[in-house]
Amino acid sequence: MPVTLFPHGIAHYALGGTLMGLGVALLYVTTGRPGGVSTFFSSSWSWLLRGPFFRQDSFLESRHWRLVYALGLVLGGGLFLLAGQTVEASHIPAWKLALGGVLIGFGARLGGGCTSGHGICGMASLSAASFVMVITFLGTGIVTASLLKWLGV
Amino acid sequence: MAQTESPLGAVATLASGLLFGFGLAWSTMIRPESVLDFLTFDDLGLLFVLGSAVGINLLAYQLVPRLFGRTLLGTAFQPRPFELDRPALLGGLLFGVGWGLCGVCPGPALAGLGAGNADLLIALAGIFAGALLHGLWAGRQAPATA
Repeated sequence: MPVTLFPHGIAHYALGGTLMGLGVALLYVTTGRPGGVSTFFSSSWSWLLRGPFFRQDSFLESRHWRLVYALGLVLGGGLFLLAGQTVEASHIPAWKLALGGVLIGFGARLGGGCTSGHGICGMASLSAASFVMVITFLGTGIVTASLLKWLGV
Repeated sequence: MAQTESPLGAVATLASGLLFGFGLAWSTMIRPESVLDFLTFDDLGLLFVLGSAVGINLLAYQLVPRLFGRTLLGTAFQPRPFELDRPALLGGLLFGVGWGLCGVCPGPALAGLGAGNADLLIALAGIFAGALLHGLWAGRQAPATA
């Protein structure tokens, strides 16, 4: 077991989470939109594809704001750099990012949301179904990451 | 019916994403390693990230609609349609496996790209591909529902 549960302290976690929360809350309070991110990855296909699934009303109605929201997320990361902050380099193998990405994209869309949709908006809505979803992906996430760490992969 | 977006609505949406993305970067959630450290119990800081973010939105989601009835821009509060069923649970299961494999989720992938981690383009391409596969699969399952 690790010596401490918070080897990097908690200040930046709490402040970062507060800023994230303010962003999602701002979206809801000004526009009434629940700020889940993963639908963006489905609704954006409607710009290119003609299949009935991708042309469903909920995508056509929301694809524009979801694109703007996603752009804001990218710019938010950029602003962090402009503010003189640095990000430690990451060393995740490409195959994990690729395979993980596909599972994340497929799973989030089949599961009706991701860590922002279920984790923030769903839980803030006190949705029991979202709680179940969070427990589910938290569970398989912990098992997968711990197993890979144990195997040394 | 398609919602016509007011310029203010677009600005608010962009600002929301910006704040969200900046917060994701500040909390180091844009580093997959930070997320993986949480999932392996090496650093439980993510609890404070989620706790703060959910706490604020608990207030926003529970109080603001009751107090004001409509949004600041005059539109209606939109429900988050979701039905818990077997496929959704399977989706959550798969999402968690992918999350535990690479430490990425959709929001941090976008914000992390903005913060200069070009590797996340691989994850983003994967997420787009996964969403495409889901759409093709779902479209075949129920071609009539739209």
